[in-house]
Amino acid sequence: MIVIDTGNNIAALAAKMARPKVIAAYPITPQTKVVERIAEFVEKGELDTEYIHVESEHSAMTACIAASATGVRTFTATASHGLLLMHEMLHWAGLSRLPVVMVNVNRSIGPGWNIWSDLNDSLSQRDTGWIQFYASSNQEIFDNVIQAYKIAENEEIFLPAMVSYDGFILSHTSMPLDVPDQSKIDAFLPAFKPGWTLDVEHPITHGNIVSPKPYMDIRYSMEKAMKKAQKIIQEVGEEWGKKFGRPYGLVQEYRCDDADYVFVTMAALAAEAKVAVDNLRDKGEKAGLINLRTVRPFPYSQLKYDNMIVIDRDISPGLGGIIYHEMKKLNYTMYSFIAGIGGVDVSYKDIERMYQLAQDDKEGWYPLEVK
Amino acid sequence: MKTAISLPTLGAMGKTGTWRVFRPIIDVEKCIKCWRCWIFCPDGVISRDDYPTIDLEYCKGCGICAHECPVDAIKMEREKK
Repeated sequence: MIVIDTGNNIAALAAKMARPKVIAAYPITPQTKVVERIAEFVEKGELDTEYIHVESEHSAMTACIAASATGVRTFTATASHGLLLMHEMLHWAGLSRLPVVMVNVNRSIGPGWNIWSDLNDSLSQRDTGWIQFYASSNQEIFDNVIQAYKIAENEEIFLPAMVSYDGFILSHTSMPLDVPDQSKIDAFLPAFKPGWTLDVEHPITHGNIVSPKPYMDIRYSMEKAMKKAQKIIQEVGEEWGKKFGRPYGLVQEYRCDDADYVFVTMAALAAEAKVAVDNLRDKGEKAGLINLRTVRPFPYSQLKYDNMIVIDRDISPGLGGIIYHEMKKLNYTMYSFIAGIGGVDVSYKDIERMYQLAQDDKEGWYPLEVK
Repeated sequence: MKTAISLPTLGAMGKTGTWRVFRPIIDVEKCIKCWRCWIFCPDGVISRDDYPTIDLEYCKGCGICAHECPVDAIKMEREKK
C-alpha cells in the first residue's frame, strides 16, 4: 500500500510491524515523534508491547538490554544528545551480543543548541559494536528497520543495530512510500530466537568477571560477527528485493560503471547527490555516486573507484571528515569535502560545484575554506 | 558468539572466607528461626538446618545477618590473627 508520511511516523510504523515485545522511551527533546507515535499505537490497542517510560536515554537502552536478555524483541528511538547519553550502554548491548534495534535521528550536538541534521551523533558511536544503517528516503527508513531486525537477530551475527536518518530533512518531511502488508512482513521476519537468555530455571551470571584472554576472545568474536554481517546484510537485502521489489546491499551504486569521478556520501546528502549526478551527466560529465547504506560494518569491498569525492556531514576535529578518513586505507585518489555541518543546506547545485572543485584538485570545508 | 556468561558454581572466586574481618556467631538459645538471616545473606552461605548454619569457608563477614536479626541472636566478633 502506498502511504504518504513523515520519516518519524514511518520509523514508528516499521517498529510496530516488527512486533517488538518491549519498547523503552524517554520522550523529551532531542527525542522525536517516533516514540509518541508508538505510544498512540499502544493506547489504541494496535500494538501488543510492554511500553516502558524511563527517566533517561541511558535507562531506555538499559531497559532494552535487560528485556532483550530475557529473549524478546526490543525497540527504542533517540537522537543527538539522547544517543550520547546512551554511550556506555551501547557498548554494553554490543558486548552482550543482544540484537536491540534502535532508530536514531541524526541531529547536531550542542552547544550551541541546534537540532538540524548532522551525522556526528551516530558516527561518534561507531566503535560500540552496533551495526549502523543510514537512510536517504522514508522508504529506506522503513525497509532498513525491518531488515535490521532480521540481520541483528541472525544466529551468526547477534549484534545490535541502529538505523539513522537526517533530522528534519527526513524526520519531519512527508514522502510517498510502499508499505507491505503485515502478513508479508511476518513471513519475512521470523520470531526472535535469542542466543542466550536470563531464565530462573537455568540460572547464569552475565557480565561476570572475565580475565584478559577470554575478554580478548569476546572482542575477536564480535569482530568476526561484524565481518560476517557484510555477507548477511547483502543476503537479507537480496531477499527483500525478491519479495518487495527493492533490493539492498552494503551500498547503493548509481551510474558508476564508466564514471570519471564518483561521489561517496550517505543519508539525505546521497539523495541530493543523485540529482547532481543526473545533472552532470546531462552536461556530458561522467559522474557517479556511491550511497553508503552501512558504516558498520564498513563496506570497503564496495569502494573500488578512482577519483572518489567524499562528502562528510560530520567532522572529527583534528583529523577531518570521518568517512573520508575511514576510506584513507584504500589506494585510490580521493577528495574530501566537509559540508552541511549543523544542518547547513547542501543542494544539488553545491554538489555539482564540488565536482568542479575536485577536477581542479581542490577540497576542504565547503564553502568556508576550499583549496 | 561469545559474551561474558558464567554458570553457578561453588567458590568461583576462591575461598572468600579469607576476606573476613568479623565472624558471625549465632546464639541458638536466642534464635527464633525466622530465617531473615537466610533471606538477606548476599552470598547464600547460610543453610536452613535445625538452626541457621553459616559456611565460614565462603562467608565474607559482611554482618548483614546480624543487622537484620530481630532478636540480636547473631553477634560479630573480630577474627583472631
